[in-house]
Amino acid sequence: MRILLVALVAAAFPWVMHALGQDFYTSFATRVLIYAMAAASLNLVLGYGGMVSFGHAAFFGAGAYIVAILAAEGITSLWIAWPVAVAGAALAALVIGAISLRTRGVYFIMITLAFAQMMYYVFISLKAYGGDDGLSLPGRSSTGLGVSLSNDFVWYYLVLALLALVLFLLHRLLHARFGRVIEAIRENETRATAIGYPVYRYQLLCFVISGAVAGLAGALIANQTSYAGPTLLHWVQSGTLMIMVILGGVGRFWGGPIGAAVLLVLEEVFSASPLLGPYALHWQLPVGLILLAVVLFAPQGLAGALAKRSQ
Amino acid sequence: MSGILFLEQTLNSLQFGLMLFLLAAGLTLVFGIMDMINLAHGSLYMIGAYLMATLAEATGSFWVALPLALVATALVGAALEVSLLRRLYERDHLTQVLATFAVILIANEVVRMIWGNQSLMLNPPAGLTGPVTLPGGMQYASYRLLIIGVGAAVAVCLYLLVTRTRMGMLVRAGASNREMAVAMGVNIRRLFTIVFALGAALCALAGAMLGPILAVQVGMGENILILAFVVIVIGGIGSIRGAFVGALLVGLVDTMGRALLPIAFAKLFSPPVASNLGPSVSSILIYVLMAAVLFLRPQGLFPARG
Amino acid sequence: MLSLKGLSKRFGGVVAVDRVTLEVRAGEVHGLIGPNGAGKTTLIHQVSGSLPADTGEILFEDRDITRLAAHQRVRGGLARSYQVTSLFRRFSVLDNLALAVQARSGSSFSFWRPVAAERALFDEARDIAARINLKRVDVPAASLSHGEQRALEVGLALATRPKLLLLDEPMAGMGPEESKRMIDLVRRVRETVTLLLVEHDMDAVFRLADRISVMVNGRLIATGAPEAIRRNDEVRKAYLGDELAA
Repeated sequence: MRILLVALVAAAFPWVMHALGQDFYTSFATRVLIYAMAAASLNLVLGYGGMVSFGHAAFFGAGAYIVAILAAEGITSLWIAWPVAVAGAALAALVIGAISLRTRGVYFIMITLAFAQMMYYVFISLKAYGGDDGLSLPGRSSTGLGVSLSNDFVWYYLVLALLALVLFLLHRLLHARFGRVIEAIRENETRATAIGYPVYRYQLLCFVISGAVAGLAGALIANQTSYAGPTLLHWVQSGTLMIMVILGGVGRFWGGPIGAAVLLVLEEVFSASPLLGPYALHWQLPVGLILLAVVLFAPQGLAGALAKRSQ
Repeated sequence: MSGILFLEQTLNSLQFGLMLFLLAAGLTLVFGIMDMINLAHGSLYMIGAYLMATLAEATGSFWVALPLALVATALVGAALEVSLLRRLYERDHLTQVLATFAVILIANEVVRMIWGNQSLMLNPPAGLTGPVTLPGGMQYASYRLLIIGVGAAVAVCLYLLVTRTRMGMLVRAGASNREMAVAMGVNIRRLFTIVFALGAALCALAGAMLGPILAVQVGMGENILILAFVVIVIGGIGSIRGAFVGALLVGLVDTMGRALLPIAFAKLFSPPVASNLGPSVSSILIYVLMAAVLFLRPQGLFPARG
Repeated sequence: MLSLKGLSKRFGGVVAVDRVTLEVRAGEVHGLIGPNGAGKTTLIHQVSGSLPADTGEILFEDRDITRLAAHQRVRGGLARSYQVTSLFRRFSVLDNLALAVQARSGSSFSFWRPVAAERALFDEARDIAARINLKRVDVPAASLSHGEQRALEVGLALATRPKLLLLDEPMAGMGPEESKRMIDLVRRVRETVTLLLVEHDMDAVFRLADRISVMVNGRLIATGAPEAIRRNDEVRKAYLGDELAA
């Protein structure tokens, strides 16, 4: 019931904004949808798999850079660039995960962070692809179907459809055998091994799936802004994705999307609103205070708080 | 020529490593004793540098401003600990990340509101602006020598504090076994406020000393924070000795990598390859080091917990 | 069924398990006793695969499993329980057992079909719950009493359909009433499964075991029928003296 309502609002959104003459917000909403996908992918490893990856921006940024670099080399077809972005991010996740998953706890957090920082500096040093300045795309990927993605309406619906597809697949996965096993490993790794699960393999696959989805989100964000830059890979970006998940609700299905939406809307409200006048420059202050309030008053995240209220 | 270059880079490594140690020492104790991930540690470094720049401007003296900045930052740290962080010790790491990330946002914004967007200038103390000639005829910036001296002196003091005093013993007991420390009747709350304030003062010291070399600006804490984490993970979380060795190692690898790798690559590869490869490899070197250490010794070089 | 040949494990300078050679016969309950710190749990860790052996070999049904990973040993029919209860605490009792059943029936690299639709998993999980006398199957494992949690601990191991079960102090922390129920459970389990039983409750071991091995300071000093162990001088001197003489 609730999900139908959400779907309806999401589907009607661009038309309503268009009618109100506020087309800017359709573009903003697309950004929210993309970050919702990235946060949902992080929630898979962090919330369901219990693997606190502090380097998720590596996969997000890799997806974005792959699309941008391919475009710079003249390959703009969606059908090539996006799958390559997803595969590239998955491959990065495979290598990083294979090494990082040998460590546990705080050390896992730090080693994933270290790998993300490596990627960050590698992309910064690629002078041929923009270095510090990043890389601009000539435009959005071409579909070859006679539909142009540069139309913000079309673009919004494509991103919405992809997000819906990703969430649907994640939902299936989490309720299938695989999802039960990764949750079981999060709950008690030793016991999962003792009843016969090869823990490492499940965790690694989960990490790779998550990286692949983040790569797709990265490919989308590069298209959204026609730009891929090193800030997409910076640890603050990893931190922001993590904040979205924790804010929304760790290990709750809607945690990622809710957290992404709330954080971006807060940023938007406090940074652009004419109501704050000159203080809008200092949007990080109210956002920081609200995050603190969530920590102190809604320890289960917003999705958790909502679930509690509806009980 | 190459001998002088090597000596100069060794001194630079030492200087960088010792400053990293100042940052890492507080971080590793907080992490080790309270099992608390404090991302806001870099913010204290930033606040310390800003306070130092302002006080130096107001008093007209580097040496008068320095102790004032240290005390002021220690107070800020203690206030932060008492008002917020103390509520987070019992929470999980994710909550700590969220809360201290929020503190970064708030600290950056408050600093921006007070000091504006422009970066601040901080001059080295009078008489230490020029180079000195070292035995052997090498020229080296006198202020950088001062940094090395201060860093080394603080490292020795910290070592004595941790190994020779009752407080140090409690801190070590807390880092290796917290329940034991509580059982021994240690007032963990007060101890931790003190440790935290001390860590903040060390942050301020690093910020003050590095201020004349680097820019004092918003966001300066974020990058160096990650380096401090790298240091304590390499050294072993909770271990002061580990932080010291880790900091020198990171300082050495990073500085030497940046100085020597491009030269080595220029000999090995064609110029375009070398000019791309050099900076990229040298900037990821410390992360490779950390990944390698974790891979071989998952608890770091000097694990504090048994 | 299980034979250990010269198994050793040292931690730094301490030899926790010292050249242990031991044979568990198919169908028997083999008790393993010894004072605290004798190396019993380390030995169980080695047999189950959570600790590697420094030297020596482990044969299970005449197959060398010394280098197999822990999960592979479980699939081969060698399960264990833990001294400190180790459950999926936030999962329901039924989900705990279904997960263990799932581990051995078919691949779990399955991403589409909902687990809830797999009736067979839950039917078998209910059967096991009945076998271990757990009535409340829909509550989280964490909400069970200590005795019930210990039973579920054994149930998780049973759900993997082991041929040999390593029970590490199943009676740990139990009152007399709970212990009695656990003894009954172990008696029922032994009808189908070979057991290697580590236990501190001497009374229970001597009542349940067909043969008993005694470990002291990492070494196996005797193996034999309960009566023989009771009479064994070396055992009395090294270990039982303080408890049996009292």
